[in-house]
Amino acid sequence: MLGTAFQKPEKPIMYYKETMRQMNDIGVGSVIIVALISFFIGAVTAVQFAYQLNGTLVPIYYIGYILRDSTIIELAPTITCLVLAGKVGSNMAAEIGGMRQKEHIDAMEIMGVNTAAYLIMPKVIAAVVVIPLLVAIAAFISIVGGFVASVPTGYMSAEEYTQGVRSFFVAYNVLLMFIKSVVFAFLLTTVSCYQGYFVTGGSIELGKASTNAVVFSNVLILLADYMIAIIFT
Amino acid sequence: MIRTENLKKSFGDNEVLKGIDMEFINGKTNLIIGRSGAGKTVLLKLLVGLHEPTSGTVFYDDINFFQLSRKDVRKLRMEVGMLFQGSALFDSMDVEENIRFPLDMFTSMTRKEKKDRVNKCLERVNLDGVNHQYPSEISGGMKKRVGIARAIVLDPKYLFCDEPNSGLDPKTALVIDELIQDITRDNNITTVINTHDMNSVMEIGENIALLHHGNLVWRGNKDEVMASDNEILHDFIFASPFLQRLRADAMEKQG
Repeated sequence: MLGTAFQKPEKPIMYYKETMRQMNDIGVGSVIIVALISFFIGAVTAVQFAYQLNGTLVPIYYIGYILRDSTIIELAPTITCLVLAGKVGSNMAAEIGGMRQKEHIDAMEIMGVNTAAYLIMPKVIAAVVVIPLLVAIAAFISIVGGFVASVPTGYMSAEEYTQGVRSFFVAYNVLLMFIKSVVFAFLLTTVSCYQGYFVTGGSIELGKASTNAVVFSNVLILLADYMIAIIFT
Repeated sequence: MIRTENLKKSFGDNEVLKGIDMEFINGKTNLIIGRSGAGKTVLLKLLVGLHEPTSGTVFYDDINFFQLSRKDVRKLRMEVGMLFQGSALFDSMDVEENIRFPLDMFTSMTRKEKKDRVNKCLERVNLDGVNHQYPSEISGGMKKRVGIARAIVLDPKYLFCDEPNSGLDPKTALVIDELIQDITRDNNITTVINTHDMNSVMEIGENIALLHHGNLVWRGNKDEVMASDNEILHDFIFASPFLQRLRADAMEKQG
């Protein structure tokens, strides 16, 4: 199916418009939930580390350093994509599955449209472009969340937190974050679109396809996370 | 012209079509009729390539449809229009966008040319002032007409209609039937209609094929229906006691 989905578009401008629409739906439509989750993950991580480092010889500014690296390497790409698999993935499966059941896909096929390409390619391209940006936003907000949870509450000073965030920075970790984001984005969109495109039956099957899209995407994201960790570190 | 050759289709052990040989004539309304489960929809979906046959094939003007490459199938389909049972209008687009979709996808017309073409098609199906209404805001009959407008927007050579009258009142159904017949004649296209509406059979049936348990059991036109002594046809056409009485009266008058 992927081969058919990535064939030459009949009319590139139509695919471009659809890709822009998808970018808006996936990107703008997910900013708030991603920001909210990232903020609290950053805040909780900072509080937990402050609790665990309390009374040890480890310098307090290490909280900023640990939070930054755990966020960039793992939490931002993985948690964000797991959340997006639930929000965006289930939506894609339901949208395409609904079109299949209401004969919209058949109608497009009869017109001569390559439906696999028109319905799937823009979603995959949009996700692969937009999700890494969301992940970058998530990483930034998570670090801000850590600041808000640890500085005003008196765990450490702003200077200490900033020193931690700026210490031992490895740019390769940011690359790793983007590699993960792109791979996870590709997985969650292709799995979800596949589940929707081949749905049969009625509303119960559509619900199952939507659930399967989330479950399979999550499992594959976690598996890919492990594989990337082994290959790239 | 469209022709089928020993067309068979099975779903598992269930043989739905048992070798159909028939022709759908250009410029005429070709009707596939039969009781529910007779195989009408499967035949229609085979004709447009939404199903693959178990054996046999379909010819479009001597082109073997099932031997075409995927690219050629798409090319051929640009000459095909189809009206679906549920109209299959895209919910997220308004009426104008729905009809314009094939133009956007396959032509390099200017914005104005597309608008004129859409308006012409809407005029053709006697719809006015609904350009910016969404499918959820219009009636079933209007949806069918928008579906027809979308099906003819690229000037197809072949028009397929799956149960065009389902869910419509008799008067609206008649309007849709006449519209399909007019378009068929005016554009000289091959129209295939899948129906079990008796009014359609008697009003626009120029080339009728009766399916029964996956077999083609009768062929003719609306004028030959009354004269036929085919039992299956009569059971199907005059299924209601009211129609049986009418037929008996007519036969009595004829002596």
